[in-house]
Amino acid sequence: MKNLLEAHAVSKNFGDFTALNKVSISVPKGSIFGLLGPNGAGKTTLIRVINQITMPDAGHVLLDGEPLQSHHVQNIGYLPEERGLYKSMKVGEQVLYLAQLKGLSKAEAKIRLKYWFDRLEIGDWWNKKIQELSKGMAQKIQFVVTVLHEPKLLIFDEPFSGFDPINANLIKDEILRLRDNGATVIFSTHRMESVEELCDHIALIHQSNKILEGKLTDIKRQYKTNTFEIGINAADKVALAETISQKFDASLTDFRSLNDALKLNIKLSENESANDLLSYLTTKGEVSHFVEVIPSANDIFIQAVKNN
Amino acid sequence: MNHLPLIIKREYLTKVRNKSFIVMTILSPIIMIALIAVVGYLSQLNNNKTRTISVLDESELVTDIFQNTEHTKYNLLNNVSLDDAKTIVEEAETYGLLYIPKQDSIDALVKHIKFYSKETPSLSVISSLESKLENRLRDVKLQQQGIDLEKLTASRTKVNIAQESFIGEKTSKIDSYFKLGFGLAAGYLLFMFIIIYGNMIMRSIIEEKTSRIIEVIISSVKPIQLMLGKIIGTSLAGITQFVIWIIIGSILMTVVSGFLGIDLMQQTPQNEMMQKAMENPEVAMEMQNLVAAFYNLPIANLIIAFILFFIGGYLLYSSLYAAIGAAVDNETDTQQFMLPIIMPLVLAVYIGIFTVIEDPHGTVSTIFSFIPFTSPVVMLMRIPFGVPIWQQVLSFLLLVGTFMLTVWFAAKIYRVGILMYGKKPSYKELIKWIKY
Repeated sequence: MKNLLEAHAVSKNFGDFTALNKVSISVPKGSIFGLLGPNGAGKTTLIRVINQITMPDAGHVLLDGEPLQSHHVQNIGYLPEERGLYKSMKVGEQVLYLAQLKGLSKAEAKIRLKYWFDRLEIGDWWNKKIQELSKGMAQKIQFVVTVLHEPKLLIFDEPFSGFDPINANLIKDEILRLRDNGATVIFSTHRMESVEELCDHIALIHQSNKILEGKLTDIKRQYKTNTFEIGINAADKVALAETISQKFDASLTDFRSLNDALKLNIKLSENESANDLLSYLTTKGEVSHFVEVIPSANDIFIQAVKNN
Repeated sequence: MNHLPLIIKREYLTKVRNKSFIVMTILSPIIMIALIAVVGYLSQLNNNKTRTISVLDESELVTDIFQNTEHTKYNLLNNVSLDDAKTIVEEAETYGLLYIPKQDSIDALVKHIKFYSKETPSLSVISSLESKLENRLRDVKLQQQGIDLEKLTASRTKVNIAQESFIGEKTSKIDSYFKLGFGLAAGYLLFMFIIIYGNMIMRSIIEEKTSRIIEVIISSVKPIQLMLGKIIGTSLAGITQFVIWIIIGSILMTVVSGFLGIDLMQQTPQNEMMQKAMENPEVAMEMQNLVAAFYNLPIANLIIAFILFFIGGYLLYSSLYAAIGAAVDNETDTQQFMLPIIMPLVLAVYIGIFTVIEDPHGTVSTIFSFIPFTSPVVMLMRIPFGVPIWQQVLSFLLLVGTFMLTVWFAAKIYRVGILMYGKKPSYKELIKWIKY
């Protein structure tokens, strides 16, 4: 798969402070790319470099194989975390203005706006001023502004903040639909459940350095610990737990289930296989639950940050 | 891509559609004219009253100098004692009583002239009485010394040195005052314009920061384009406001003075004196000089220089205002940065007033008419007195050069500052930002 965006060894210093230290990322075309990291890691700086708001001190960024140039802003849609609109300007005028700044003609912008306003059912807001709208409503307008010029690359910084669950879902579906229509999405967030739901690639930035990058499934495979979560029914659970612990690296755990089984996490060593474990367990009682523990994005995030 | 026209259009339209802007545009001239009308009306009421001044002249030297005029009537009292005269005047409730006693010598006489009134008399009334008395008593003194007054009058010679520059330009004292007035008006106009609309630019940038839209905009346009768009758009709105002020002002002025019958140049005792003086042939000459003075002004040069220096000076300062707006989060934080902007402006106006008047081509005025932060004001004040073209061009080039430098500097602060929230920057930090 070809990469839509490649950053090569991008560095940025603000005085003595290093915001980015030789960070490279590759965003495959048509992917949803999660850009993760703790607060102050440098995510926003990297996004600003991609948007040509901040110039990097070293390194370069390629969009579709070309070094970034000023006309590329037309191909990028950016929803910043610090967002807002002109409060005393009418919705319609404002969106038209912002669309024209992105290089759309006024007529073209009007047609597309009509489509989006109908789609998000906000058509009757056209003549309202932003200050008359609620925060969530303004966020919807902002979303439309970001996607209106049909950019190849969409960058969302915490897109769901300020939305109720219904609207968050609506926006999530729109993002997925845009991806299906060919757009590439960079998605920066702290909310790991949305990473789990949306992203197929991730990069983790910590203290100005990239510490992790790749396909989410690959990373999960890399971070898995060969641990299995099992539930087994037996008369004497304490004795059984004792027996299993002598043979395997087991620890008590808890998960939701319908029966009162013995619940254990069992970590296998390299020369043990899942099948060995399962056949061993079937001799001890009735196995009601047998599942490999897949690390969540949250676990990976915390572990990767801690290890650094 | 050039988005400048689009940005200018938006800035202009939002400014002129803003309710407080519209209210200010319409209300300011109305309030101003209303104030002038009220003051004019009141002072007219005051002046319409005819003053009656009673005169008790025991010396009988000055009786015939008190001629009635439109607003002042003289009531000559005869054969009454001072005390009776006081009672009469007090009961009649007229303006006051002028008492000239009989004395042996004029020098003794002048020490005893008195004006009695219920309230403190107006300064112009007293000085007009004083000058009448002085003239007459001087004549009397001269006559006493045996001098023929007619011969004296005939021998009076008035010298008015005609001034001419080496290239044949005729100038005069009036000329100088006229030029000075022109220069001061131009300088003040620029000063006011910078302060009013520079602040407007600053506020509009702060507003953009607080509404957090800046990052969205800045991902589409270059910061310098946004900054220039804001400066130009706001300036155009400012010019619109100024023009509307002048139009509404002059219409109202005509309407008010015609409708209410208030002659804003009404007859005051001072004006009366002026008019008398005008009848004097010498003063009429001066008036001719005044007209000549107007034609003597290097008009084409003035207009071109005015436009260029006005725009240059305004842009120079407004880019600084823009930088300040970008550096801070709210208006209260702007204070620490305002002083360095206001100082050179005030300095320029003071230099204009104190040194250009004294010596328009002296070292101080010449130097300050080259320093870009003071040159627009000082140069505009100097030009009516005739400044060599090379000096004007050099000064303007310096101004343009500095303008480019400040725009570059402002743009640097702007790029960094507009994305900084929540902290009040120090000068040290601003210098650091330039290096980013």
